[in-house]
Amino acid sequence: MVPADPAAEGILPPPELDPDSEQRIQMLSGPGPQREEGLARLHDLLLRIARRELQRRGGRLQITGPELDDLAYQAAADALLAIVGKLGQFRGESRFTTWAYKFVVFEVSAKIGRHFWNKPAVRMDTEDWERLPGRFGLDPARETERRDLAAAVHRAVDEHLTPRQRQVFVAIVLNGVPMDALVAELGSTRNAIYKAMFDARRKLRAALAANGYLDDETSRHS
Amino acid sequence: MNGWPVLERFLRTDPRDVGCAEAMDLLHVYAELVAAGAPAAQRYPGIAAHLAACGPCGEDFDGLLTAVRDPVQ
Repeated sequence: MVPADPAAEGILPPPELDPDSEQRIQMLSGPGPQREEGLARLHDLLLRIARRELQRRGGRLQITGPELDDLAYQAAADALLAIVGKLGQFRGESRFTTWAYKFVVFEVSAKIGRHFWNKPAVRMDTEDWERLPGRFGLDPARETERRDLAAAVHRAVDEHLTPRQRQVFVAIVLNGVPMDALVAELGSTRNAIYKAMFDARRKLRAALAANGYLDDETSRHS
Repeated sequence: MNGWPVLERFLRTDPRDVGCAEAMDLLHVYAELVAAGAPAAQRYPGIAAHLAACGPCGEDFDGLLTAVRDPVQ
């Protein structure tokens, strides 16, 4: 993985703030009553965004009613705290509200990740390799090839991945643990888990290509 | 082709992928560019590559874009 192009990031000077952003920053940086009003307005906005974001994802999550509302309040409150703490880092690259929405969307993801373990449908300490063919849609009609490839993936996992990469692979691929739930369970970050899986994918592809299970050409592009 | 498209897709990695931290840092900028119809993926190919590969960051981007386009004011 490579960093975003810092040149592209630094080409333009910080733009002038739009009136709404300027007003919100002034209120949040202002004296007591003004700041309180700014915080209340922002919290109200964050709460509405959090509710809708949870509803948008809700069908898949089966989170509704008071539980959804509770998560929305938690996400809005934590996002507000984060925004206030990082107010000095707002660089005016976007509208203030867009920057603020980002915090509440991230908080919604984190809350959903932790919520997963309230009623976990899977466990972290199991390794059912029989699930592997199904996870990758390996055609049951091609039973011999299917079994052979699944065994090759299992072997590559055992031989080429570090213990951490293996743990992440088993949790996400075999056990179907959502990434943000795994982040919460391991006390890690999304970036660290993604990096572990990214490196695992590269290693597995190289191992499978070396053994003739995948095309070398696609391996070169990876 | 080897006949295992799901596995192929899963194992395919893009060297331009900037990872979650970089993508999350600039997601508000990227979302406004997309909302404005600007060529966001051309300006930030590493973020575009990441959002295409990372389900959770892609989900966050969809949520942020929804909020930018319709902020429920």
